[in-house]
Amino acid sequence: MNNLIIKQYYGDYGEIETGAASTISTETAWHLWEVFIRSKQGLDHKHAGSLHAADAQMAIENARDVYTRRMEGVSIWVVESKHITASNPDEAGELYEPAIDKVYRHPTFYDLPDEVGHM
Amino acid sequence: MQIQDFEKIFQGKIDTEVKIEPKDWMPDAYRKTNIRQISQHAHSEVVGMLPEGNWISRAPSLKRKAILLAKVQDEAGHGLYLYSAAETLGMSRDEMIEQLLTGKAKYSSIFNYPTLTWADMGAVGWLVDGAAILNQVMLCRTSYGPYARAMVRICKEESFHQRQGFEILLVLSKGTPEQKAMCQDAINRWWWPSLMMFGPKDTESTNSDQSMKWKIKRKTNDELRQQFVDMVVGQIKVLGMTLPDADLKWNEDRNHYDFGEIDWNEFWAVVKGNGPCNKERLDARNQAHVEGAWVREAAMAYAEKKAKKLEMKVA
Ligand SMILES: [Fe+2]
Ligand SMILES: [Fe+2]
Repeated sequence: MNNLIIKQYYGDYGEIETGAASTISTETAWHLWEVFIRSKQGLDHKHAGSLHAADAQMAIENARDVYTRRMEGVSIWVVESKHITASNPDEAGELYEPAIDKVYRHPTFYDLPDEVGHM
Repeated sequence: MQIQDFEKIFQGKIDTEVKIEPKDWMPDAYRKTNIRQISQHAHSEVVGMLPEGNWISRAPSLKRKAILLAKVQDEAGHGLYLYSAAETLGMSRDEMIEQLLTGKAKYSSIFNYPTLTWADMGAVGWLVDGAAILNQVMLCRTSYGPYARAMVRICKEESFHQRQGFEILLVLSKGTPEQKAMCQDAINRWWWPSLMMFGPKDTESTNSDQSMKWKIKRKTNDELRQQFVDMVVGQIKVLGMTLPDADLKWNEDRNHYDFGEIDWNEFWAVVKGNGPCNKERLDARNQAHVEGAWVREAAMAYAEKKAKKLEMKVA
């Protein structure tokens, strides 16, 4: 399987034949944070991306530098990624199943005469 | 379910343009290819700051200095978006940085060329960012969700990079004879390396193109390169300059410009580490990493101290 993708495309610079042994310590232990940005007063905060920071204050400052350089935001939320619980895509079937057969929850389910007008 | 079933579901999503997300099942090779490509892309953004950083302190005016600073800062941001995207595939940031610093991972060869004059800032913005943009526009539709989203963000920021570069050259092209000569010289030096950015010719491959099948890539190297040539030939007329290629001419049948042969020996030499600045770039990255260590440690120590104080207050 692996030898199928030897071809180098733009942006794929191939494998280095001899990697030097690692002598550099890169461990920083900075936490991973998720960043949410409100682009305009009155709108929801929306997930913008993630970054590393030592603490919440630094995460906010980094988020400002990285995600709002062109006035993309008026408010920033940060939360440590480890505090987010995500639903499992493998269980999507069961999870959303209860909603599937309840079409009567949509306004288009009801057939009304034209005379009623916009409702 | 059997592994073949997972693979079928996976390829089904790819074929129907459903994005793959971090928690979805994916073949190991898809994960590996994406980690490799995205992290190399991130390294390229980061190392790409060096040739331009070289001119920040020597920009000809305060306006140009501010613009160049903003551009270089953007590239740092691009590196970060991409590292974040790669992290979602299970490789830690530290591991990626280590691969860069030890020379185990590569970055785009274009950044192993030197920036000799101010006109190079123009040529880099116009040609190098221009070439990168064509690739990145394509990658906005790549199949891995986090990569595609990072690309959308990056593309929004890139067009200023190319425009400011072209404008630098435009000003020089209307200047003194020396400035005009400097403009032409920069174009001459950056043209062929820019063409090399698109990678080896399509015919160089005997392998099946798994990256295309997985829609990680959506255009071949040669398609993107041709798109680039056609674009630049139109734009250079505005500068009143020329491209250093005697074979460049319009081909009526193909509806594209023909162009000369790339020096593939040079291409492979730079890829293999023997370009003009390979060592200098890697040394600069390593030096920055070592010199920044105390900042990272101090920030962590400060954060821990603050957290402890807060704990005591609560208790
Ligand atoms: Fe960039
Ligand atoms: Fe750029």
